[in-house]
Amino acid sequence: MAQDRPHAPELLRAIREFLGSDVLPRLEGRTQFHLKVAINSLAILEREAASGADANARELQRLQALLGRDGTLAELNTALAHDLRNGRRDETDAALMAHLRATIADKIAISNPKWR
Amino acid sequence: MPAQPEIGDTTQDMARLLAAACMRHFGHAVRTEGLFRHSGGASRQTWGFDAIVAHPDGEQRHALVLRRDPPAAASTMPAGESSLALDRGLEFELLRVAYRHGVPVPAPLFALTAADGLGDGFVMRHVPGTAIARELLREPRYTDARSRIVPQLGAILARLHAVPLDELPRLRRVTPAEAIAQQRQVLDRIGEPHPVFELALTWLARRLPAAEVAPCFVHGDFRTGNFLADESGVTAILDWEIAHTGDPLEDLGWMCIKSWRFGAVENPAGGFGQREALHAAYEAAGGPPVDKARAYWWEIFGTARWGIICMAQAWKHLSGAEHSVELASIGRRCAETEVDLLQLLSEA
Repeated sequence: MAQDRPHAPELLRAIREFLGSDVLPRLEGRTQFHLKVAINSLAILEREAASGADANARELQRLQALLGRDGTLAELNTALAHDLRNGRRDETDAALMAHLRATIADKIAISNPKWR
Repeated sequence: MPAQPEIGDTTQDMARLLAAACMRHFGHAVRTEGLFRHSGGASRQTWGFDAIVAHPDGEQRHALVLRRDPPAAASTMPAGESSLALDRGLEFELLRVAYRHGVPVPAPLFALTAADGLGDGFVMRHVPGTAIARELLREPRYTDARSRIVPQLGAILARLHAVPLDELPRLRRVTPAEAIAQQRQVLDRIGEPHPVFELALTWLARRLPAAEVAPCFVHGDFRTGNFLADESGVTAILDWEIAHTGDPLEDLGWMCIKSWRFGAVENPAGGFGQREALHAAYEAAGGPPVDKARAYWWEIFGTARWGIICMAQAWKHLSGAEHSVELASIGRRCAETEVDLLQLLSEA
C-alpha cells in the first residue's frame, strides 16, 4: 500500500530545509561542518528517492543485454568487474562503453549533479 | 552518570599531560593555553595549543601542534590504503629529514613517549596559513598567493624528490605495477564491484610506464588541501603519512587530478595553474625533466586511486571501525571519479 504524502523525497526535503534554516545557524565548528555534510547527503537521498529505482532498472536491463544472462544488479556487476579485471572486455567494446557512460551519468545525477 | 573517559580523552586532562610532555622538551615548567582540536579523523588527531614556558629570563610563548593517534584508537584493520599509512614515529622522522633539507614543513620538536599517556604522536611548531582550498582559491586576500603557489609547489617537489634515500627511515617502495596491485587489493577487500575502476586499472596496467626510474622520496598525498598557505603563498607541506619511495612523477600527477582542483577545473595544477607551469617550475628547481605522458599516466591512476579511497573511507564507517557521517558521505563521491575516468580514457 502506498504511504501517505509526503512521499519520501518530499519528507527528506522538509527535514533538510529544517536542518539548514533552524539548526545549522545554532551550531559551530566541527558539529556545524558535519551538519553541512549531513544536509548535502539528504539532498542526495532526495534525488535517489525520486529517480534511483528507475536508474537501477535501466542499469539491470543494460547489464542483462550486455552479458546475455539474468541475475541481480550485484551479480551482474560482479561478473562485469571480473571481465574488466581480466581484460576479457575493455574500452574498445562500444556496447560496454555506452553502458558505463549511461550508468555513471545516472549515478552522478543523483550523487552530485553539479560535478563537471 | 556516564563512565569516566580514559586518561587523555578530556581536554583538561590532555592539557595537563601535554604541559608535562612539553616540560621534558623545554627543560622548564610549562603551562598550556587554548588547546583545541582541528577537524579531521577520530583515530588520527591534530590539536593546536600554546605552551607558555617559564624560562628564567621570562615567559616564552610557543604556538604548537600535537599530532597523535589517541590511546583508545580503534585497532580494527582498515580496508583501504590507510592500512599502508606510516605510524606517528615514522612521520616524525620524515618531518625531521624534510625540515633539514629545506622542505617547508612545521618544525618537528619532539616525539611523545608511552609515559606521556597521550598516545602515539609528536609535537611540532604551528605554521601560519590555511589549508582550506575554497578560501585559497576564492578569497581576494590570496590573489597574489594564487599566482605564486604553482611555482612554489613545483620547486618544493624538486627539493623533496632530491632528498637522499639513505637519510630516510626505511619506506615502502611502490612501482607503478605495485600501485595498481594495491588498488585492486582494496577493491577485493571491500568487495563492492566497480566496473569503471576495473576498466581504468586494466587500461593503466596495459600501459605501464616503460622506463625504469631511480626511486626517490615520494610524499604520496601532495595536493591542495594538504599544504598551508598564507598571503605570501605556501608555508608548509602537511600529511606525510602515505610517504614512500618510487616514481617522482606520482606526486606531480596526483596533485593534478580533477578532485584537487576544488571546482577550478580549468587549472589542473591543484586549481591554481597549468600543468606546464608546474612542470617548468619543477625542472627549473633542479627536478629531472618531466615525461608528460608518464605524469599523465599517474594523473589517471590518481583519479582511480581517489575514487577507491572514497570507498575505503566509507568502509571505515560501514565496518564499524569509525562511525562518522563525514566518512559515510564520502562513499558517494566515487561517482565523481568514475565520470572523470571515463572522460580521461576517452581523451587519452
